[in-house]
Amino acid sequence: MKSYKFRQVIKENVGINNPVFVQILGICSTLAVTNVLKNTVVMCAGLVFVTGLSNLTVSILRKYIPGRIRMMVETLIIAAYVIIVDVVLKAFIPDISRQLGPYVGLIITNCIIMGRAEAFALSNPPTLSLVDGLSSGLGYSYVLLIIAFLRELLGSGAIWGFRVLGDWWTNWNIMIMAPGAFFMLALFIWVVKGNFMKEKQTASASPQAVSAGSPPQPASAGGKS
Amino acid sequence: MTEGLFAFGVFFAAIFTNNILLTNYLGMCSFLAVSKEIKTSVGLGMAVIFVMTCTSVINWLIYYYVLVPYDIVYLRFIAFIIVIAAFVQLVEMVIERLSDALYAALGIFLPLITVNCAILGASLFMVIREYTFLSGLAFGAGSGIGWAIAIIAMAGIRAKLNIRSKVPFGLTGAGITLVIAGIMALAFMGFAGMITIT
Repeated sequence: MKSYKFRQVIKENVGINNPVFVQILGICSTLAVTNVLKNTVVMCAGLVFVTGLSNLTVSILRKYIPGRIRMMVETLIIAAYVIIVDVVLKAFIPDISRQLGPYVGLIITNCIIMGRAEAFALSNPPTLSLVDGLSSGLGYSYVLLIIAFLRELLGSGAIWGFRVLGDWWTNWNIMIMAPGAFFMLALFIWVVKGNFMKEKQTASASPQAVSAGSPPQPASAGGKS
Repeated sequence: MTEGLFAFGVFFAAIFTNNILLTNYLGMCSFLAVSKEIKTSVGLGMAVIFVMTCTSVINWLIYYYVLVPYDIVYLRFIAFIIVIAAFVQLVEMVIERLSDALYAALGIFLPLITVNCAILGASLFMVIREYTFLSGLAFGAGSGIGWAIAIIAMAGIRAKLNIRSKVPFGLTGAGITLVIAGIMALAFMGFAGMITIT
């Protein structure tokens, strides 16, 4: 029973309820850091760390957090882990830390983390919450890695900084600039939604509108007021 | 270049050439979710302009008069997010008392703003680029206005789109919004070179 639940959680977060292309959460960093594969890997590692551990912490403390200020407490827990990530990156890989710039700090306001803490960790036991956090981090990561791979390949003809396409390849500069990110993510969502969600067309049309229209902000609106 | 002129440049750069939404991708979540109607977009845009301007100023003061002197710069994330959350809560309480009309217009958007990454992002960019007080103020206001322009324009386009366009199933919702945002980003790239800021 328990293992079934773990598997179900992982399946939901990586596939059918993927934070990026189904729930459309955490888009800021999805677009911002995917121009170079190396930065993306670092960012994803940071995000998986923060989602997993903040979910775990919130879940352990869930009985002691007063309902009215829970958003603030969750934000502080997340911020504490983000500071750890930031300090570690600054110490060991300062180059990448500088390139990522403010986006490491912006993990705090990444809706995925807040969403998981709010929707899952507050009502589930610690281990399950840890698995939930890690798997939604992974669900986010593999989408980012695919997008980053394509953007770096098309934008600079390289993978991980090594040029793989020969001199015949003309770099699509647009791919490493802002518009390329938007188009690439839109294409990704189109491919996934068009190919894998067709069978649920009538059923998913309305939930899709709802899920696109209300990321966890409405929940937070209730929590804050 | 004088201080005032530089701040002026930063202000326009933040609106056009370095638009916080279209070149730095900040605030995408609420941008995708709320840009369905022009009226709500205007309300959220106004709230963002106000909160972003004020929080940049407060965060600038806290950063340079508290965090730097005591050498606890690494605590900036926590300091900034607390300032933003507290400020938003305070503003909500104040306008609830003062004006019903204003509360009806902005009130429901204020809680959304705490989790809007553009607000925190503006403060972080401000300290990373080491702006002076005046340019920090200009940057906060400019970024807010740039964000508002982008979301209102997007809401206008989406309102038209809903009336007579047939969007393929896979692109409905977020997909088509991202494509439009991409085209808008291309259009804003036309401003590049007018003003450059570091």
